[in-house]
This record gives sequence, structure tokens and C-alpha cells, in this order.
Amino acid sequence: MNPNLIINLFILIPAAGFLLSLFIPEHREVVLSRIAFLTAGSNLLAFVVFGLWWLFHGAVPLNIRDIYLYNAGPKDSFLLDFYFDRITAVYMITGSLLTFLITIYSRYYLHREAGYKRFFNTILFFYLGYTITIFGGNFETLFIGWEFLGISSFLLIAFYRDRYLPVRNAVKVFSIYRIGDLGILLAMWASHHLWHENITFAKLNNAQLVHDHLLNHSNAGVFISLMLLLAAAAKSAQLPFSSWLPRAMEGPTPSSAIFYGSLSVHFGVFLLLRTFPFWEHQISVRIIIGALGLLTSVVATSIARVQSSIKTQIAYSSIAQIGLIFVEIALGLEGLALIHFAGNAFLRTYQLLVSPSVVSYLIREQFYEKTAETGQSATKPLGRLRASMIMLSLREWNLDVFMNRIIFHPIKRIGHQLDFLKFKNVVFYFLPLYVAGLVGLYYRKSIPDMWLNILPIICSGLGLLMVLKSFSERNSPRLAWILLMMNHFWIALAVSFNDHFELSHTITYLSGIVVFGGAGLFSLFRLRREESGFFSLNRYYGHAHEHPRFAFIFLLACLGLMGFPISPTFIGEDLIFSHIHEHQFWLALFNSSGFIIGGISLMRIYARLFLGSHVKTYHPTAIQSS
Amino acid sequence: MHTENHLFSEDAALEHLRHYLPSQAPLKDFIHHNTLHAFQDKSFHQAMQEANTIFGYQTYMQLGEYQQAYARGAIKDEVLNRIIDQYRRPDESAATMREALLHSVPETDRSPRIGRLRSEWKHRYRVNLDKAIHPVLFRLACSFLDQGIAISPFPAAEQDFMRSLRALEAQSLLPLFRSKRAKELFFSDNLKMETLLELLVGDASLYERYLFDQQFAHPGWSGMIAVLEASPQALLQKRSIRLSDWINLELLLEIDALDRKFGVGTWQPLAGKAQAQKTPLFAPVEADPEFRLLQIWQEAYEWSYYDQVLRGLLETEPCKDPQPAARSFDAFFCIDDRECSLRRYVETLDSNCRTFGTPGFFNVPCYYQPEHGAHLTKICPAPMQPRYLIREYQTRSSKRTNDAHFTKRSHGLVFGWLISQTLGFWAALRLFLNIFKPGISPATSYSFSHMDKHAQLTIENRDPNDRIEGLQVGFNAQEMADCVEGLLRSTGLTEGFAPLVYMVGHGASSINNTHYAGYDCGACSGRPGSVNARAISYMANHIKVREILQERGIQIPASTIFIGALHDTTRDEIECYDVEAIPQEHKKLHEHNMQVLREALDLNAKERARRFILTDNSRPADEVHELVKLRSVSLFEPRPELNHATNTLCIVGRRNLTRQVFLDRRAFLNSYDPAKDSTGQYLQGIVGAAAPVCGGINLEYYFSRVDNYRLGAGTKLPHNVMGLIGVANGADGDLRTGLPAQMIEVHSPMRLMMIIEQSPELVLDVIRRNPATYNWFEQNWIHLVAIDTDRRQLWLFRDGAFHPYIPAITKLPHTADFRLLTDVSHEDIPVHLIQQSA
Repeated sequence: MNPNLIINLFILIPAAGFLLSLFIPEHREVVLSRIAFLTAGSNLLAFVVFGLWWLFHGAVPLNIRDIYLYNAGPKDSFLLDFYFDRITAVYMITGSLLTFLITIYSRYYLHREAGYKRFFNTILFFYLGYTITIFGGNFETLFIGWEFLGISSFLLIAFYRDRYLPVRNAVKVFSIYRIGDLGILLAMWASHHLWHENITFAKLNNAQLVHDHLLNHSNAGVFISLMLLLAAAAKSAQLPFSSWLPRAMEGPTPSSAIFYGSLSVHFGVFLLLRTFPFWEHQISVRIIIGALGLLTSVVATSIARVQSSIKTQIAYSSIAQIGLIFVEIALGLEGLALIHFAGNAFLRTYQLLVSPSVVSYLIREQFYEKTAETGQSATKPLGRLRASMIMLSLREWNLDVFMNRIIFHPIKRIGHQLDFLKFKNVVFYFLPLYVAGLVGLYYRKSIPDMWLNILPIICSGLGLLMVLKSFSERNSPRLAWILLMMNHFWIALAVSFNDHFELSHTITYLSGIVVFGGAGLFSLFRLRREESGFFSLNRYYGHAHEHPRFAFIFLLACLGLMGFPISPTFIGEDLIFSHIHEHQFWLALFNSSGFIIGGISLMRIYARLFLGSHVKTYHPTAIQSS
Repeated sequence: MHTENHLFSEDAALEHLRHYLPSQAPLKDFIHHNTLHAFQDKSFHQAMQEANTIFGYQTYMQLGEYQQAYARGAIKDEVLNRIIDQYRRPDESAATMREALLHSVPETDRSPRIGRLRSEWKHRYRVNLDKAIHPVLFRLACSFLDQGIAISPFPAAEQDFMRSLRALEAQSLLPLFRSKRAKELFFSDNLKMETLLELLVGDASLYERYLFDQQFAHPGWSGMIAVLEASPQALLQKRSIRLSDWINLELLLEIDALDRKFGVGTWQPLAGKAQAQKTPLFAPVEADPEFRLLQIWQEAYEWSYYDQVLRGLLETEPCKDPQPAARSFDAFFCIDDRECSLRRYVETLDSNCRTFGTPGFFNVPCYYQPEHGAHLTKICPAPMQPRYLIREYQTRSSKRTNDAHFTKRSHGLVFGWLISQTLGFWAALRLFLNIFKPGISPATSYSFSHMDKHAQLTIENRDPNDRIEGLQVGFNAQEMADCVEGLLRSTGLTEGFAPLVYMVGHGASSINNTHYAGYDCGACSGRPGSVNARAISYMANHIKVREILQERGIQIPASTIFIGALHDTTRDEIECYDVEAIPQEHKKLHEHNMQVLREALDLNAKERARRFILTDNSRPADEVHELVKLRSVSLFEPRPELNHATNTLCIVGRRNLTRQVFLDRRAFLNSYDPAKDSTGQYLQGIVGAAAPVCGGINLEYYFSRVDNYRLGAGTKLPHNVMGLIGVANGADGDLRTGLPAQMIEVHSPMRLMMIIEQSPELVLDVIRRNPATYNWFEQNWIHLVAIDTDRRQLWLFRDGAFHPYIPAITKLPHTADFRLLTDVSHEDIPVHLIQQSA
């Protein structure tokens, strides 16, 4: 048996299932669900066979250097690399089993639901992202899967796209995810410089190698670890991000159950397990991770105790357990953490699935046992501490407000400084500046070194400003869109001031921007023509009701412009990051922030134009609070 | 400015609000009612347009849906033409009206009046109050009212809502209100709504309107609070909450939010900045041409079906009832439309039996207390105030088994740690088992566990002083005789009793179903009817009762035995009670009858399966039945049954009126013998109960179907249980009222047509005796037709009088075997005449 080929199979089966499902017509319910459960089922079966073989042959971790998506020297390459060890094995068996069960479950549960096809497409897309992530052998490969997970989450939370709350929460959760992605991007950038290559996880297991490298770069080591923790905390709803998890439970119960009850929310755990050899010897990092986990579990438990809605209660209990898993990992108890992960995933999935039964169950329980609940609370005096804890927990420690206040409000405030930019005039500001930049680039050799250091930062700073303005734009979707395109041009310019950035890289990078950006802009012009009275970013319009195909095409354009792995821009991004020098932290930060916030802004545009309660009320529409 | 303002009265405004808010009880007491009861004093079509203009509810199907119904033949040409003629003004031509009906497209924008005033906060102040306030507001109310989801109870919940909140706010270091002004107002002793409105709105003439806008931004919670204020006994854990407190809290939170954003005293009340809202909320609504089209379509849609039914009733020949000597059994079922098809099968399989329909509490008005039960539960129609209690004792099986997955301890930190590593893997197995081999579990709501069949019931009162919570335990002989006599006389069975008379109540079983209470018997306040069925049988078998009945002129042969039973409408199973009391000579007959019933249940399950697309109904009946049973215990099945979907008719009359007409589970059937009710005494009782109950069910289905977003609960797949009292979408949504999409999607939205077999004069006299019921008919919320006892003439009730009516449809299809129809079609089946085989 050639394990390399088999490992590929575990990615190819979900990929094939997903692609196939895209071409099945909406009304073929049986075919759609059958594809889904055959995909998960055959992957599960194949894996069980493979897993037994692997165990029998000593359970040695495998690393497969798969293919180069792009190869121009060791630094300028993009290698798909797969890795398989017991962490992957546990995640694979748990994830495939749950996905398999949920696809069968949903076959009946989703019957006749509008969006049946969308649901199974998204589940398969999620499953594909899941397998890529857990088999990812280096950060680049893992990041592809990671991006898939983000988008599929968005689509599943906004599954009921004709209501306001699911759409708003989808954007919210996506934003938090993106902030986590910022951690991964910066960790990738720093590790490029630490290792001078795209390090594989297999190499990270070489303790001596890690030790040698970190000896001289302990700061870089801490930085990378903390960025990884940021990504892990955001994905696993640890503090201060926790409040997104209950809000993610807007889709059909089975999807909430496997995504947010079990699989998706344990990806932070996965990332920590995967990178454990890297920070194993950094005691300070281990203390931070353990402390964060412990703090989260205490806070989340206090919140769970007062929740009066069943799904929110389960969400916070799950967060608390994940906090404990963080502690276990920090203590180096990998085996325990893996068992805990699987147990927690199964338990919460099941609890969420049977959550509607809680009404008849608990009412019956109360009916037969008159509880002295009120009496008990009366005897307990309401002290300051208890009152404060209850109030704090009822309001989920104000985490939601906190996130807005420290992240999103400042972004908007800066963005509003650029309110003089309009769709009609933006080109006149952009062109002269950019031409000046190009001229500067042409005469690069005669620019003094000090300026050469500053110019990239200025360019990427300008790009970031464009993104911030786009994020806070309330009126013109076209302006917001163009600003996002411009950001990429600024980034390309910024990096071009650095050494050795070849034109071909720039072309790789910008080709995606031009194609997808152009397509998106064209769509916006068309939508504006067709729906002239209902075209701005000031509210949700729900145009997907009348223009479902259009919505899909525009979504693809958004993904392309976002640098999603369907566009060459994705590879370009990676190349650009490897050309940002070690000392250019600000350039890396601006660049990655632009990339992250730009993504959020894109989904915001998409959501506001196409999702939400339909603006035209000739048919039943949802009220805002539902 | 503290002058008494005649423009606003808090009490009047609250009263007005309560009238329009949804009045849905907590989940455990789901009771069907007319969703738009607030408009019921208007004529139906007028009300529909007003509800749309004022509140933005969609009150008809979409124009396109009617046009499609016409295209596929569900709306008949001859009926449409007749309705057009009725609506046509002299200067209009029928052809142009047809043209408009067939080709109009709906208007783009119909923004309702509600919400306009309050939307000015967003437009002029650029502040989104709802976004900031709703989550906090809902969270507080839900936590306070929570019936047992949260692990630690709400502090001081034994006090009322406002006091409890004040206690919390006084002690908490994290304040609810950050504006000093709002906080002071919150703690002030005589907090007046008017004071708050003055700050927020400023113009007294707009106060009430503002409150409507505000409360109808979250009608679910406001409605629930109004209901709980009026009937606090609807909660097992007592809570006291007033609508006024809830509104004050929201007003205070608004002031707090505005103060925080703009600073105290720097923002102007809304009235200053908002453009005067020219049309008051409840100003008269002008006739709208599009609504005229919708009305015509709706009438044509309804009459296309009614006319088939009425034609069918005219065509039937009174068939002979089987001779008493040969009779195998009599069986009473609930009038519920779900029993319609079962009766059809029972009669087809055994032509020597008779079936009757009567409200499923069997005229036994009481409360019930199961053994070990800490509370009493009402098991008769919700509006009744019974004086009796039936208790259960000597149960054999435990009704409650525990399931550790529901334990709250799994949400604790340490215990959760243990549980997730142990029980977690067990959960995976449980899920696996439920998906591949579903079975009854503690999570199932199972109809047969309402009462243990081995247990005894205190049906007979042995001591008048035996009272619990003011209720007499059991009935004395006279009272029992009253129950039995009332039941027998109203259904017309006063002679020729079969040796065995079955009283079949009904209930339902489901899992993962928050609306489980709506699946049981409506006449038993959303509980299974087993206790009532058993009680009425006990009474009718009682020797003293028989003596009293004999004195009153009803002679029940000593050899006749009444047997209580429960039909599970989801699983199509029947359980009989006290069968050991059946005398030896009837045992064989009973066995034969059970055989008939079992076979009928198989066939009934197969017929129901035609609507369950994913169940293969082409297989033999017993196999299909097994598949149908699995639905009731499958976690993943959002439609264990389809309840009252497609209900359209309520027919009060002898069974032989309807026996030859195929009505496809769409009719509530109430047995009534017009010949034995010359004064209308029994008809009055029947109509008084059936009109509001069947009308309520019918209209709730109608509105949930035509606007599932605002009048229904939406799809149940994302529902989240809030405090065990309601469901919401996601974590921060408003409570959803009405029926979930899965219950109504196959429903054809038509008003109820009540058909009474009695002379129109007597019917008119009877319905006039009860003004509340009369209103339903007068305003056309229910159609009413009388059919003469000789069945030659139909009379339609319109504008306060009966007029002769001739159906536009002249010919109906025949069928020799209705199973040929039900086996092939998934859709509504037109009315057929069933040819009696010799």
C-alpha cells in the first residue's frame, strides 16, 4: 500500500463530492443527500481501513510533499504538503463519523427546506476544508483549508439568508474568524524568516532543529506562538472572542451541532496540538495558553449557568470544556486532550441535536417533582458579588461590546476620516498618487535608502486606509469595491520597492485582482441598473430573493478578490509575504490587516446587497427581530 | 408639564396593545386560536386588508399562487366566473376582470404603517435602538421567566419582574443603566409610563402609536408577557410579570441608550424632529384594487372546493344503517380531522359497525393528576372551568426514565470534564443508534404515558368532602349520568347499542418537537384523551348511572359494555383500557373488533404516508405502518405527523350524510341527529364548542400558511428553546408565534366551511343564541351551510340570513375504491363519490 496515494484520496474524495454536488439540480434531494453521505461514508470507511493498516505498521507519522502549486526557487514556492499522525487520525475519525451521521440525519431533517442544495454543498465544502486542514503538512496547506472553513461557516450561519439576524451574525462570526486569520498570516510571515523556507510540520517535530533556531530568535519564537494562540483562541471561541459561538447557531440544528457544537470550534485545539513541538520549550507561552484556557473555562461556566436558552447554554459549556483542553495541551497531555476533544465533540453534537426535546423532558420532570427553586433563591441573600456575577454573566461579560469597542469601532472611525472619497472622485485621488509611486519605483535606484525603507510602509499604509474606508462606507457599494481593488495595487507597489520581487510575481498577484475585481465591479454596475432604488450599503436588501444566480456570481467575485484559494492572488499573497523583510513588521502588519479587513468588507458588501430580509414586501418577509 | 393629558391613557393604551398582541400560551399548553383574533369584529376580507396595511401581515396567498392554482385546475372556471359576477360592478366587464385576475403582478412595495414613527430614530438620529436593546431586553425577560433551563435561578424571582430587577440592579457592580437619569427613573417609586414617553416622544398624541411601534418590533415576547400577566397559572414555576413593567423597562433602556450616545439633555424627543405622521395607525383603510383581486381569488379558491363537497352531499342517498342484531360495535372518535380517514377504514372493513364523532374529552370536564404528579392538568376544552379532578393511582410502570444527556451537570466545569470524556462517546453511539434504529427514549413525548393503563383512576366520588385545590375528586352518580346522557343525546346514539361501544380518545407521540402539545387532543387542552375515554366508559358501565339513564329514557342493554381506548395519531396504534372487564361472551367479538381496528390502522398509516414523500407508500400496508411508526421516534424527523394540515370542513350531522363522500382527512365530523333535537338544545352545545375550536385551528393554519414569517413560526429547523416557554431563532431572536413551516406546508389555506344537517330556521335560531359564535359566521370567518334533513336543499348563510344555494359544480367523479386515489397522489385529492359495493 502506498500511503502517499491514499492520503491524497482523503482529500480527493471530499473534493470530488463537493464539485459533483454543485451540478445536481435543486429538486434532486435524494441525489444530493446521497452524494453527501457517500462522500463522508466512503472517506470514513477508507480511512478506517487505512488507519488500521497504519497502526499495524507502527503508527509512524507520514509526510507527503505533494505538489508545487508554484515553484520559483526555495523561497518563492507554494508547496502542497500533507502530514499524517495520530492528531490527524483522531480528528479524521471524529470528523468523518460526525459528518457521515449528520448527512444522513439531514437527509430527512432538511427535506423540503428551501436551500436543500445549498446546505449539502456547504456541508461538503466544509468537509473538504476540514480534511485539508487536518492533513495540512505546512502552514500554507493548512491555511487553504482554514479559509474554506471560514467561508463555509459564513454560508451556514447565513443559511436563512432571508432573515436579518442570521446574516448579521454570519458577518460577525466571519469577522472574528478573520481576526484569527491575522494571527496565522503573521505567524506564517515570521516563520518564513525564522526557517528561511516553508517549514513543514514534520520538521517541527525535530526538537533539536527547533531548539537551535529558537536559541537565537527567542523573540520571533514568542511572536509566532502568540500569533498562533490568537488564531486558536478566535477559532475555538476562547476569551475574548467567546460571544460569537452562541451567535453562530443560526443555521439548521444539525449544522449548528457539527460546526459549532463540535468540529469547527475545536480547530483552535487542533492548531495548538499541531504546533505543540514548536512552543513546547517556551515555558512562558505554555503558561499563557494554560492561563487563557483556565480563565475561559471559569468565565464560560459562569455564563453557562445563567443562560436560559438551550443552545446558548450548550455553547458556553462547550467553550468551557475547550478551555480545559487548552490547559491540557499546555500541560503537554496530548493524549488526554485528544480524548477530551472527541468526547466533547460527540457530547455537544448530541445535546444540540436533541435540544428541542428538552421542553417535553424538563416540563415532565418538573411536573412530577415540584422543585423548591423559588424558595431557595429567596433564602439566599443577594450579595454584591453574586449580583454582579449574575449581571455580568447574563450579559455574557459584555464580550460582544468589548470586541466592537476595541476592534470595529476604531476601524470605522479611521475609515470615516476619508469620507471625502466618493465613487465619482476616487479615481482622481488614486491615479496621480499611484503614478507617482510607479515613477518612484522606476527611479528606485536613485532614491535614498532611508526613503526606500519608508516608501513601502507608506504605500501599504495607503492601501490599508483604502480598506478601512471601504469597511466603513455606508453608501456606495461600487466605491467600497474599488477601494478594495486599489489596496492590492498599493500592496504590489509596496513590495516592489523591496529587492528581487519579480514582475511575474506581481502579475500572478494582480491577475486575480483584475479578473475577479473586474467581474465584481461589472456585477455591481448591473445590479445598480436593475435595482436602482435599492442599492447602497446602508441596510440589508436581500436581492438574493430575486437574483439568486447573480448572488452566487458576485460571491465568487468576492472570494476571488479576497485572495481565496480559487484565485492566483492566493499564491501571490504568499509570495508577497515571503518578500517582506524580517525587520519590516509594519509592512507585514499593514499588509495582513488590509488582507483581513478587506475580506470582512467584501462579505459585508455581499451580505448587505444580497442577503437579509428582502426589501420588497410583496411577499411574506421576516421582521428584524426574528 | 404634569397636566393630565387626555390624549393618552396608559390603561387604555395597554388594553389596546393587549388586544392586538399575539396571545399564544407557553409551549406546554399550546392551544390553537385565531391568530388575528383582534380583527374578528370586522368582516373577514375587510380585516385581511386592514391587518396588511396596519401591521404588514400577508393575509392571502400570493397572486402568483392563485394563478398557479387556477392553471393546475384547483380553481375551477365555473366557480371563478360565478365569483367574478358577484364582485363585478355594473360598469365592469367580466372579461377585463378575468384579465386582471390572471395577469396582474403584485405591487413592489407595501410598507405597513407600524414602525414608521419609531424608524425616525434611525433616519434622523442615526441610532439603532433595537440592535442595542433587544438582546438585553429579551435576555432579562427570558431569564426571569425561565422555567428550568438555567442552572442558577434568577435572583429574587419570587417577586415581580420589576422588583426582581431592581434588587439585582441595586446590588450589581455592573449596572444595567449607565445614564444616571435612567437609573434614577428606574428606582423611582411611582414610575409612570407617561413620564418616560414624554422624554422620548414628547407629543402625547403620538404616545400610543410609539408603544405600538415599539412592542410590535418584538411581538413574540410582548405577547407572551401579556398572556402570562393574564394567566400566571400557565407556568409551573410561578412568575409575576406585567406588560406595563416590561414596556417601562424598554422605554428606560431607550432613554439610557440615547443618554449614553448623545448625553443627558442634549437630544430632543422624537416628536420634535419627526415629521408628523399623517395617518394614525388605525385610521380607516381605503379599498385597494389589488386586495379586491385577492379576495376574488380566495373566494374562488375556497368555493372550488366547497362546491365539490356540497355537490357530493346532495348526491348521496341515505344508506341504511346495519341492523342492530348484526352490529359488531359502535365506536366514538374525536371530531378531529385526523380521525376522519380512520373511521372511513373501520367502516369499510366492517360494514356492521357504526362510528360517531364528538369532541374528544367525551363530555367529561375535569382536571387530571397523574400519580406522583406535583401539578394538576386540565383535560377538557381550554375555556371550560371544570369543578372535578380525576386522580391516577397504583401505577405499575414508571413514566419517567432519566437521560443523563439532559442533565444540567454536564454544563458544569468539572462534571462536564468527566462527562465529556465518558458520556461523550456514549452520545456518539446513541446518535448512531437513533439514526439507524430509532426507538422510544426518555426524550420522546409518548401519548400512552399520559396515563398508565394498569393504573386505577378515581372517577367516582365516594365522599363529597374529598376535595383537592377546590376541586371535587371524582363525579357522583348523578354527575356521571349527566356526562353520559349529554354525550349520547348530542351524538344521537340513544338506542340500538352494539354489544361493545368503544370510546377512542387520541393523542400523539413525537420526539425533538417543541410544539408537542399542539399535536394532542385540542378538546383536552392539548393532552391525550385517554383519561377522558376511560372515565366516560367507566361512567357508562356504572350500574347506578344506567339506572338513572333509564329513568331519563335511555335504555342501555345490560349486555352492552363501554371500553375506553386511545388512538395515537402519529403512530396509528390503539390501546384499550380495562379490557379484563369484558364479559366472556364478548371476548371473541372484542378480538374481532381489534382485528378490524388493527387492519384499519395499517391502512390509515398507509394513506397518511402519501403525504410523507420520503416514505415509500407503495409497499404493503403493514410495512408502511412500521415506517410511519419510526417517524414518531426519529430525532431527525421534523414531521412526525401533519396534524390538522388541509383541514377545511366541519360537518355536523348523521354519519350517513358523509359516508359516501371522499373527504380526504379534511373534515371535522361531529355526529348529530337532527331528528332528535327539535329545540336545537344539542346543536347549540355542538356549535358553541365546534365553531371556536375548529375555527381557531383552521384560522391558525390559514395565517401560519399565508405568512409563515410574521404569523407563523417559520421553519423549525433553527429553533432554539427559550426558557421552556417558547422558541426563537438563534440566540438573540424574538419568540416565534404561530405554527412552524413543517406543520403547514401542505395546508391549503381555506376558511372553515361548517355544514349542519338541520333546517335553516332552527340553525339560525341556534347560532343567534350565542353572540360570540354568531360573530364568526356573520363576519364570514367561518362559512356556514345548512342542509335540509331530506337532503334536497342547501342553504347558505350570508348577511344574517339563509339563502338557497346551488353548487356551481354539477358533476363529481366516482370511485369504487378510494385506496386507488390515495395510493397514487401526494397532493390534495378532489372530492369523489364512493360507490358502495354491495
